[in-house]
Amino acid sequence: MRTVIRANQKWYFINWREIAEYRDLLILLVKRDLTAIYKQTVLGPLWFVIQPLLTTIVFTVIFGNVARIPTDGVPHFIFYMSGTIFWTYFQGVLNHSAASLVGNTNVLSKVYFPRLIIPLSGIFINLAHLALNFTLFLAFFFWFLFAGSSMDPNAWLFLLPVLILQCGLMGLGFGLWVSALTIKYRDLRFALPFIIQLWMYFTPIVYPASIVSRPALKFLLWLNPMTAVVEFSRHAFTGQGSPILAGWGLSWAMTLLVLVSGLFLFNKVQRTFVDTI
Amino acid sequence: MSEPAISIRNLSKCYRLGTIGRHTLVDEAQYWWHKIRGKDPREHFAKVGHGATDRRRVEAEKEGNPEFWALKDVSFDVQPGEVIGIIGRNGAGKSTLLKILTRITEPTSGEAVIDGRVASLLEVGTGFHPELTGRENVFMNGTILGMKSREIAAKFDEVVAFSEMEKFIDTPVKRYSSGMYVRLAFAVAAHLDPEILLIDEVLAVGDASFQKKCIGKMGDVAKGGRTILFVSHNMAAVENLCSRAVWLENGGIRMIGDSAPVVDQYLGVLQGAGKTVALQDRADRQGSGRARILDFYITDMEGRRKAVLSPGKKYCFHLICRIMTADRQLSNVSAAIALHDHKNDMIWLVNSNFTNENQTLAEGNNDIVCHIVDFNVAEGIYSASVSIGQGSIEALDSIYNAAEVDVQGGDYFGTGAKGTPAACKILTRAHWELSR
Repeated sequence: MRTVIRANQKWYFINWREIAEYRDLLILLVKRDLTAIYKQTVLGPLWFVIQPLLTTIVFTVIFGNVARIPTDGVPHFIFYMSGTIFWTYFQGVLNHSAASLVGNTNVLSKVYFPRLIIPLSGIFINLAHLALNFTLFLAFFFWFLFAGSSMDPNAWLFLLPVLILQCGLMGLGFGLWVSALTIKYRDLRFALPFIIQLWMYFTPIVYPASIVSRPALKFLLWLNPMTAVVEFSRHAFTGQGSPILAGWGLSWAMTLLVLVSGLFLFNKVQRTFVDTI
Repeated sequence: MSEPAISIRNLSKCYRLGTIGRHTLVDEAQYWWHKIRGKDPREHFAKVGHGATDRRRVEAEKEGNPEFWALKDVSFDVQPGEVIGIIGRNGAGKSTLLKILTRITEPTSGEAVIDGRVASLLEVGTGFHPELTGRENVFMNGTILGMKSREIAAKFDEVVAFSEMEKFIDTPVKRYSSGMYVRLAFAVAAHLDPEILLIDEVLAVGDASFQKKCIGKMGDVAKGGRTILFVSHNMAAVENLCSRAVWLENGGIRMIGDSAPVVDQYLGVLQGAGKTVALQDRADRQGSGRARILDFYITDMEGRRKAVLSPGKKYCFHLICRIMTADRQLSNVSAAIALHDHKNDMIWLVNSNFTNENQTLAEGNNDIVCHIVDFNVAEGIYSASVSIGQGSIEALDSIYNAAEVDVQGGDYFGTGAKGTPAACKILTRAHWELSR
């Protein structure tokens, strides 16, 4: 094995082979996070179910029963929960990769390993949480379905893995941007939770995309890459909603743009970030 | 001759000073605001810690250089199987060199080619997670250091046996004492089986017997034909373990060669540091001059002169004084010794007035000795100022910057922790508990 250490490597050079070499570390990081989080908690992994579940209940009461925002005829609970679990996944991946450099300075300034491993691990850690939430969602979904709610699960369900993948890549892409920018501007750490919250209301989670009718606003809504993920997944389960194929294309374009630019930016910043931290 | 294991060519690392300390948008705005108003914005920003390089960094900044070269045009080769020591004073560029070779940061120019699998040990226990058990952490730590899971599994028993931690391997490491923690961490690192091992000062950890074991293990590794690059302040270890040594000074190579002569030369220069003008010939003194300080030096308890001090040790600070008038004696003479850091802040002061231990000077040379029971100053280079007075009224003689005091390594807390010298120069032992 030969390592060449040289100044000013090309900005587009990402050593994927090296990342593959370190896959055992990736696996262990995922395991570590999953086990360490639950140690010394009474409810353990249940916490990752309780959060979206309570959010769904709150949404159902406030936006469904009090504000009476339409849900395209889908049972309120299913409508909010389908949006919430995807949003939780996106937010989890985003937060994890956003904190990957600043949050691990003590390790990263002492030892080298491909730094991309940390944000990548976020995808899988949160995938485990998503799996839990998804199981719970399925239980509720079938309960409502057999109780006779007017839902029409359809062939779009086969594309669900693609939507989940997109959701993760999007969280990763935005997270990489944030983590790189946080090196220079610490303000972002405080702004991020706020931005994420605003962003959620800009995504059709507590309201259906169909209530936005003005073309300009509609374009803006679909410019948000999360819109397509939420609308399409909801449509797959219920047959309702207004999935726009062009919107999904736009969403993928945005996702890839953010992801690729995020990868390069992160790669550039991580090389000397310990000097400025 | 075979290919070198490590080949370093014109390696340089430059830190840009102007950008230090701007971490928020507000800072950024302030920086530009100061610039617009024509002030030097650097004055406004406290420097953030970058370890030992602080001193030279600040000097460079004072001189108005926007850049600071922590490492400049360093070139040397290390042959396979060679054990090479890197020595030099704090801030000479040792850590920067190691950081570049371990790829923690990138050089500004130049290149280094490393042929073989590298493992680095800049600090033991990197990546240990308090909630996980010892077993889980061994795997975690091993993979962070570049091993495959199955390689660790194959060596697991050996690692645990070396650390003598069999009983506690399934206990979360947060319940470990710091000594246990370090044992396990070193055991992982020592069994990594790399072709090239980069080590920074890890031998300053653990109790004496474990340290011995660690040095022994390093010797084994070296005999096994591995290449080791070893950064240390421990000259005895460098002389014993290393065949060659590189002496870094101000970012460049001062000397390179067989370890014994390099270490000798280095120690010689350390002893003579700051002795360009003998203290008794110094003219820049203040005070009435009725008595004078002729010499100032530091010894250990056995009376051996010390050029480098370690935190936590016992020392005697000697002030050699003489009455300059016709008086036969001078009573109630107080003595004070202060240490200033690189920013010229006084960080440490001893004064015989504090404990009512003023002395009466007699004819001839008087040796006023100050016994330091527990030297609690963190790693760094300090400037010592000395003064004598009569009681607290008359200043007899004082010399600012009488000597340079170099504090290195040490194990003040008995855990290998050095405190945070970049932020705080004073070490204090404390006991922690949860009050119920």
